[in-house]
Amino acid sequence: MNEAEIKERVAAFLGEHDPGGDRLAFLRARFDAGLAWVWFPEGLGGLGVARELQQVVERELSGTPQINTGVQGIGLGMAAPTILAFGTEEQKRRFLRPLWTGEEIWCQLFSEPGAGSDLATLATRAVRDGDEWVVDGQKVWTSGAHHARWGILVTRTDPDVPKHRGMTYFVCDMHAPGVEVRPLRQITGEAEFNEVFLTGVRLPDDLRLGEVGDGWRVAQTTLMNERVAIGGAPVRRGGGMVGPVLDAWHAHPELRTHDLHQRLLALWVEAEVTRLSGTRLREQLAAGHPGPEGSGMKLSFAKLNQALSGFEVEFQRDLGYDDWAFRRSEDVDFYGRGPGYRYLRAKGNSIEGGTSEILRNIIAERVLGLPSEPRVDKDVPWKDLPR
Amino acid sequence: MTLLYSEVEEELRAAVRGLLADRCPPAAVLKRIESDPYDLDLWKTLAGEIGVAGLLIPEELGGAGASASEVAVVLEELGRAVAPVPFFTSSVLATQALLPTGDALLGELAEGRTTAALAVSFAASPYRPLRGSSVRIEDGRLSGTVTGVAGADVADVLLVPVDGDLYTAEGAAVELVPSLDLTRPVATVTFERARARRVGACDLAAVLRSGAALLASEQLGVAEWCLESTLAYVKERHQFARPVGSFQAIKHRLADLWLDVVRARAAARNAVADPSPLSVAVAQSWNAAVAVHAAEEALQLHGGIGMTWEHPVHLYLKRAKAAEIALGTPGDHREALSSLAGVPGPE
Ligand SMILES: Cc1cc2nc3c(=O)[nH]c(=O)nc-3n(C[C@H](O)[C@H](O)[C@H](O)COP(=O)(O)OP(=O)(O)OC[C@H]3O[C@@H](n4cnc5c(N)ncnc54)[C@H](O)[C@@H]3O)c2cc1C
Repeated sequence: MNEAEIKERVAAFLGEHDPGGDRLAFLRARFDAGLAWVWFPEGLGGLGVARELQQVVERELSGTPQINTGVQGIGLGMAAPTILAFGTEEQKRRFLRPLWTGEEIWCQLFSEPGAGSDLATLATRAVRDGDEWVVDGQKVWTSGAHHARWGILVTRTDPDVPKHRGMTYFVCDMHAPGVEVRPLRQITGEAEFNEVFLTGVRLPDDLRLGEVGDGWRVAQTTLMNERVAIGGAPVRRGGGMVGPVLDAWHAHPELRTHDLHQRLLALWVEAEVTRLSGTRLREQLAAGHPGPEGSGMKLSFAKLNQALSGFEVEFQRDLGYDDWAFRRSEDVDFYGRGPGYRYLRAKGNSIEGGTSEILRNIIAERVLGLPSEPRVDKDVPWKDLPR
Repeated sequence: MTLLYSEVEEELRAAVRGLLADRCPPAAVLKRIESDPYDLDLWKTLAGEIGVAGLLIPEELGGAGASASEVAVVLEELGRAVAPVPFFTSSVLATQALLPTGDALLGELAEGRTTAALAVSFAASPYRPLRGSSVRIEDGRLSGTVTGVAGADVADVLLVPVDGDLYTAEGAAVELVPSLDLTRPVATVTFERARARRVGACDLAAVLRSGAALLASEQLGVAEWCLESTLAYVKERHQFARPVGSFQAIKHRLADLWLDVVRARAAARNAVADPSPLSVAVAQSWNAAVAVHAAEEALQLHGGIGMTWEHPVHLYLKRAKAAEIALGTPGDHREALSSLAGVPGPE
């Protein structure tokens, strides 16, 4: 399918569905027409065509009701591609549509108090009981768990084998008895993430994603998509974190100095070359040559967001803060609110979704082929690992 | 418009890389630099057999009628080899100055029989095109000097821009000066009532800008060589009973450098796909600095051997540092972005 044909599709769709009518009905119809994510298979919100055509769809439908990418980020960026890759037909049909329309919100139950960067050491147990699994453990830093209907969950199902081998991946019913979500207040004042306690939670076996013991491989798919979702989104020139900084710069000529001007120009250039390498990456993907550049996108995104948001606070010379209220935030928003908030929230960009140090390790070892870190835990059964 | 390489470009790259691997390994460049840096035999082969000299020249004038993006690929390869050939000065800068005039000289340049140089300081920029030049014209004769001219010592023809016109001159004095970049030395060119022929009009700032757009690809090539050789070295070199490249402090630095090079590739491709003043300023302010940084990291991570005359890394450092100044420093290009990108300074 080419650009003209996809435009025809969109036009035909708009002929039959009124964007001014019921929002949810419109989004559902859009999904059913294959215009949710065009590169997904037909019947699952897509048309099985080239991914770059999505941009055409977005342009054509820009004036119509939109999904909320802030609150739906984990579902769209992490859960959906994992379900597509490892889910059964039934799971795909059950989960993808309400995930995309936003009727069901998702969270990611990976990190634990004892397992952050070294996710494969996680201790949350899942024990089989007939057609069900019984889950016990604790997760932490779970963004959006307070309004999530479902969670993607990695558990330990076999403690007697080395850590990467004994894991199993599930979809967790966040409404099941035994799931308890407690807010964790962040440095911004609000609670975007949570602790999640899982006590005797019973999950039917048809909520398992992938084979028993294959959880690490399934989780890898999630993590890889997470990095692209966080760092790889297309931006226009002057968009992303440069946007609010430039707005402030234009609004306050009286605050400009030569030093700040020099630094802003340098950051502007870095933002622009980062944007261009994102464009290049997407062209490579569309041409079917996924390059290793993907691992770098999140790393540069974090660095830039932190430098730019720090710059903005300094430029504004404002010692205030917009609002320290402790509330459960509606969604994940890197760019919203005031400069102080942006500065503090951007500190998470080099931690969430894999720290910048871990990403550098991945680039060094998998892209540049440098020798790996000495591994002391490779052949040790998980239960014998020092803790 | 695409930022990727085409198949034709990859074929051209393979041809140039193959020839350079044979004829221009770093050891050969090292051997020449003190006596006679330019390798004119290699230049003849590049121009005659691969046809690089006429890439930018239209077919009806005897050239290949190729585009800037093919020239850019050649420059990446020449940068990777710090090849001492006058491609950039003759087939890019001088040729671009001549192109609007349609002068017959273009046919000779295309064949590579004749080599030209633009009598402009390599330290001039699109923003200050006459830096280093005091040349004027009186009764059809040129007088004055230009400092820091690259490629002048091996040029058969000097093209001199004066007051919006382009001239060829006879009897100029070309004096090579000790240069920071050993593989692309610069000379002082002096005219004393030299007889001149007017070739046509010349928009010097535009010529220097398209030169700067393409220089970004040479800088990318320099940076790529530095990164790749350093990777190879730290995988081999052992200290503390481990390859040096297994230490995380080194791995992280190289991962960051790789990311800078990835972004330099995107910037270089963008500058040829869309050679607007903004794209050129972005590519130059980024790539010039990345090439220098890559060479500095390469030197440091090679340890003592990196500091020696025998190891080629210094050739790359010198090329990178000189190219950082050439055709506008990163700071000059960033300053231009102030108005190009709408980021005005203090009032
Ligand atoms: C805002 C935010 C939202 C989050 N949302 C979610 C979520 O929704 N779901 C979820 O599952 N998780 C979430 N996380 C958790 C996140 O994935 C982890 O915080 C992250 O993986 C790091 O783990 P850790 O916090 O335990 O730090 P640690 O792994 O303990 O790391 C501490 C420090 O050591 C460094 N370090 C660790 N190992 C190495 C190494 N091998 N080499 C070099 N340095 C190393 C780290 O880079 C870091 O600087 C979120 C985190 C944040 C900040």
